[in-house]
Amino acid sequence: MNHTPDARTVTRRALIKRRHRFNTAMTILSLLMTAVVLLTLGTILLTLLYNGLQAIRPSLFLESTPPPGSAGGLANAIYGSLVMTGIAVAIAAPVGIMAGTFLAEYARNSRLAEFVRFINDVLLSAPSIIIGLFVYGVVVVSMGHFSAWAGIIALAIIATPIIVRTTEDMLSLVPDNLREAGAALGTPRWKVITSISYRAAFQGILTGVLLAIARVSGETAPLLFTALSNQFWSTDLNAPMANLPVVIFQFAMSPYEDWRNLAWGGALLITTAVLALNIVARLSAKGRKS
Amino acid sequence: MSDITASRFKSRMNIGDPLFKGLTFFFATLVLAVLAAIVSVLVMDSLPALQKFGPAFVWSQHWNPVKDNYGALVPLVGTIVTALIALIIGVPFSFGMAFFLTELCPHWARQPIAIAIELLAAVPSIIYGIWGLFVLVPIFQHYIEPALIATIGQIPIIGLLFQGPAIGMGVLLAGFILALMILPFVTSVMREVFSAVPAVLRESAYGLGATRWEVVWRVVLPYSRVGVVGAIMLGLGRALGETMAVTFVIGNAHRLSLSLMAPGTTISSTLANEFTEADGAIYTSSLIALGLVLFVLTFTVLAIGKKLLLRNVGKGGTA
Repeated sequence: MNHTPDARTVTRRALIKRRHRFNTAMTILSLLMTAVVLLTLGTILLTLLYNGLQAIRPSLFLESTPPPGSAGGLANAIYGSLVMTGIAVAIAAPVGIMAGTFLAEYARNSRLAEFVRFINDVLLSAPSIIIGLFVYGVVVVSMGHFSAWAGIIALAIIATPIIVRTTEDMLSLVPDNLREAGAALGTPRWKVITSISYRAAFQGILTGVLLAIARVSGETAPLLFTALSNQFWSTDLNAPMANLPVVIFQFAMSPYEDWRNLAWGGALLITTAVLALNIVARLSAKGRKS
Repeated sequence: MSDITASRFKSRMNIGDPLFKGLTFFFATLVLAVLAAIVSVLVMDSLPALQKFGPAFVWSQHWNPVKDNYGALVPLVGTIVTALIALIIGVPFSFGMAFFLTELCPHWARQPIAIAIELLAAVPSIIYGIWGLFVLVPIFQHYIEPALIATIGQIPIIGLLFQGPAIGMGVLLAGFILALMILPFVTSVMREVFSAVPAVLRESAYGLGATRWEVVWRVVLPYSRVGVVGAIMLGLGRALGETMAVTFVIGNAHRLSLSLMAPGTTISSTLANEFTEADGAIYTSSLIALGLVLFVLTFTVLAIGKKLLLRNVGKGGTA
């Protein structure tokens, strides 16, 4: 009878020891997991840098995509990507900003706003290849051929929900005092929105547009059935147009060494652009907060 | 006189308001219209195939362009299996990283690591694909798959999943790449959900003498359960719809096989590979019907994920 408390303390001590040992094990495990993931992701960027830099030479920016087995560049694809991304975001930005304005300034907590918000989220995360199918069904089939316009429309559909979302978020961060102060001066609502809300949320909205550009410039799947690609230099928006993502896809899957090198070069260009845009967007969002 | 100018002035001011409001309303409804158009175009264009094959389209495993006979089973299974592999590999890692970032990491390092992770979520999927094709395929082919065949492959039953020649490309590698791609995303959502847990709960658990692991496993995780499941569902939704990275490494074979190392296909990679080459109305229509199946699948998963995350927010979190 006398020794039971002793036994109890002993088992309790053993339990505490076990708990702490388990804690240490899990702590180390989580540390290792983080390290492994960060290293793997770091390796991706390093491989990209290593292989991509070998392909970066002046001809990459000056010559068009070559036939298999000869040297060339990506000039037509770079041009195509810039043009299509540019026009797509130029279409998406006003649409997205206006729709976001409606959600944040007019509808706020209404049923309709809730519904639009939900649908916008669905569009935001819908697989991009589905958008490609849709644009194919509507634009490509009715035009009878692939075209840069079809690609632009697909990209614009992908960019819009991003801009809607960030615009709404940023406008709802603008304090209502500012709006009320404007209204008290007799300013009409639209004037309050355009000269007060927009100005206060400008950097945030810009961030959204930058993020949309970043997202759209790497999109491949929706371009496969819309803009297709073009081996030659083409500025005709009514014809298929070369673009970096699709060219990377085609060239990387090919057995030709030259093409694969160009694919790495293109991949490095896109990643650099996307990461740079994201960093700029983040900095501009940060500048807003401080 | 002055009355008239005042009212004229007022009416000129008033015209801007309804105009601007109408304009924003128009563009907001445009968002609705686009989704409605997407759904109706997908349904309309897949009708020929759905009428020809009936509901059996979903579970038929034929895919024969020569005989014009199609079914969704093989790509559908491939889509689900690759996404599940991604979750099985990705979720423990995401949890480990979220644990590290919210509980262990020194404060000065938290923000940089979190930002690095978020930046990696922004890397286009084609980059993961090209890296998988040129770097991971040889590694899987020469080291990882032979090792798996020699070890797990020998165990009865489970071993059947790890059979066959090690060729690198296949369902397993596709799942692995997807895991890498959803990791940054799931980790950042989980981290947000974890940090939304009230500090009082955490502190009282520590006060009772709980270890760090116990605080997370018994207090933080149960409290944020709903949000964590939401984060996983959003990751699953991404994995299901991902196209380019998978197309690069899955091998694109229309075959059902038990082994995870065999080449396979997913809905999105089938579309990416075959759509522009499809000739014949039924072929194209079948591919669009595949797209419709994918849309319904991701829509369901994402809607559930969003609902769960919203419920988590409703509980007082800020995620």
